Order: sequence, then C-alpha cells, then structure tokens
Amino acid sequence: MKKIKLTLLSIGAMFLMIAATPDNSGYKVGDKAKEFKLKNVDGKMVSLADYKTAKGYIVVFTCNHCPYAKAYEQRIMDLDKKYASQGYPVIAICSNDKTSVPEDSPENMAARAKDKHYTFPYLYDESQDIAKTYGALRTPHVFILTKSGGDNIVKYIGAIDDNSDDASAVKVKYVENALTEIMAGKPVTTSTTKAIGCGIKWKS
Amino acid sequence: MNRIYFTLIILCFISLNLKAQEIKVINFKEFEMLTQQNNDTTYIFNLWATWCQPCVAELPNFVKLDSVYSSKKVKVVFISMDFKKDLDTRLKPFIANHKIKQDVYLLSEPDANSWIDKADKLWSGGIPASLIVNNRLKIRKFYEKEFTFAELEEIINQIIK
Repeated sequence: MKKIKLTLLSIGAMFLMIAATPDNSGYKVGDKAKEFKLKNVDGKMVSLADYKTAKGYIVVFTCNHCPYAKAYEQRIMDLDKKYASQGYPVIAICSNDKTSVPEDSPENMAARAKDKHYTFPYLYDESQDIAKTYGALRTPHVFILTKSGGDNIVKYIGAIDDNSDDASAVKVKYVENALTEIMAGKPVTTSTTKAIGCGIKWKS
Repeated sequence: MNRIYFTLIILCFISLNLKAQEIKVINFKEFEMLTQQNNDTTYIFNLWATWCQPCVAELPNFVKLDSVYSSKKVKVVFISMDFKKDLDTRLKPFIANHKIKQDVYLLSEPDANSWIDKADKLWSGGIPASLIVNNRLKIRKFYEKEFTFAELEEIINQIIK
C-alpha cells in the first residue's frame, strides 16, 4: 500500500513538474526570437524576414474558437491598422491542434480571415514548434519584437490590454504603451503581463 | 382556496428553481475572502470556464470529490472565469444542465494581470487551475493542471488524514 502511495505521489509530482514547465520555458523579454516560415491562409509561406521595411512585429498567438480571442479580434485588427504603417505589422499565428479543435483548422482560419477582412497574415503553426519555442501559453498571447541588426528581440510578452470583457472599459493598453515607448527609443515599462485565456491545445 | 395553494406551489417551485440557479458574481477581493475563511474545512476552489474543454472534462471529478468527502469537511467551490455577459446565456444553463449542486461563483475582475500573481506567483493564468486551502492547518496549494479523481483524493487524504 505504501508503495502504491509512493508511486501515486511521484506520478503527482511528475504532473506538477510538467504543469510548471511552460511557465519557465519560452522567451523572456530581451531574448532573440526565432525566425519562422509558416503557411498563411492564402497558401503562401510567410517569414518575418519578408517584411523588409518593418522595424519590428506584433506577433499574436490567437485562434478562431476561443471566446477571449474573439473578444480581442477587433482590437487585433485595429492594432495592425494603426501600427503596420508605422513599421510594426501584426503577425497572427494559430497553433492549436486541429484534431482537438476543428474550428481552428486551416480551412476555418482562412474562412475567418476572409470574412473579417484581416489585413495581416494568419499563419498556421501545424507542428506547434513556434508556440513552444516562444512560450505561448494561451490565446491571445502577444510578443512584440524589434529588429536589431539581424536579430529580432523580444520587447514585450503578454496581454493586449487590461480588460478582456469590454474594449470600451480598457484603462491600460499594454501593447500600445509598449509600442509608444519602443518607438520613442525608451525601455518598455510594463514588459510582461499575465492574462486569463484559452490554453493552446497541444497535440497529444 | 385551491387557487391560493396552486399559486403557493408555483411560487415554491420558482424560488427553488432560483435557488438552484443562484450564481454570485464576485471580484478578486471577494474571492480572496472566500479562500481565507478561518475554519477547519478543506476547500477546493476549481478555476474553470464553460469554454475551457479540459476544465469541463475534469468537472465530474470535483463533483465526485465533493460528494464522497462531504462528511469529512471537504468542500468544492467552482469559480467560473466566464465573461459576465455570459452569466445568463452560458453559465447558468451549463450549471442547470450538468445538475451541479456545489457553490458556483463567477469571478469578474477584468484586469487579470493585477490579480493573477496574487492568486499564485507561479500561475500563468491558464485554466484549469485549482486552489486547495485549509486555513486551520495553514495549508495552501495551487495547481495549474488537470486532475483525475485519484490525484484529487491523494492530495485530500494527505490533508485530512
């Protein structure tokens, strides 16, 4: 009996360690972000390096099905409208496993992007490698990168703003504040934030 | 006279029905107060939402835990992260359909960044997550993970042994 208890305990401990890992892996502010080449909803491959004139990127891990992603969809579209022309385009990535969430399949992503007239790429991270490398945990999860020499440096990780429920009640716009500071050449005051969101659906 | 009885019965049904559906909307401070009750009950606060598939999948384990251990001062409290606007349209029908009798609260505190760290430093904000407390025994454990019934039992048995 004691042995069983011990085994259960160690299984429990293993689970805890697994649950705790995502928080410690992935990027921290200041890290160099990995380049990627992912398929867009129009079938073309997209890389960060394709944006020759960009000064940086607003990389957003998002998806179709999640209520939080839906609540933020218009705000993500607005970010691209406001900042793409200033050198910081939105690059949206969906990393969810389409088997567990058929609503997030590439076909449904394409339908959504067309229906909502996305002005930015909506890329499918089929291998989930980019979400894992970046440390994206939920949707939406934002990583602001800036170009520096040949590298892309992570400047901000977290939420878009401080009110997922209601865009009109937002008090602090985390992403916009970070971009304002970045464009002014200042360090980002609030460079990481946490948020509730739908966990990324990993392949089993 | 019959009519009065009839009305009374109807009223009773309505009030019973209302009671079953009562879900209080709370802010983070009120949630903290729920977790700080100074008694010898072991509380399991399960943080979940109707839109969270793994949360919905593990929900029956918590319901079972509550019923199996109810005589041992173990109490499960469901803390929903659903949007406030979805209270009547999603959360209440879900609770009714799943016949959940345990306490359910809707935690509405939109600026999650301001309170996630206060709930637990290691919490990323992902759900399901569970907070297990026994304030008399000064026990406070936070888990950002899914639970099987056996895992829950293991933890609870260590606390109430």
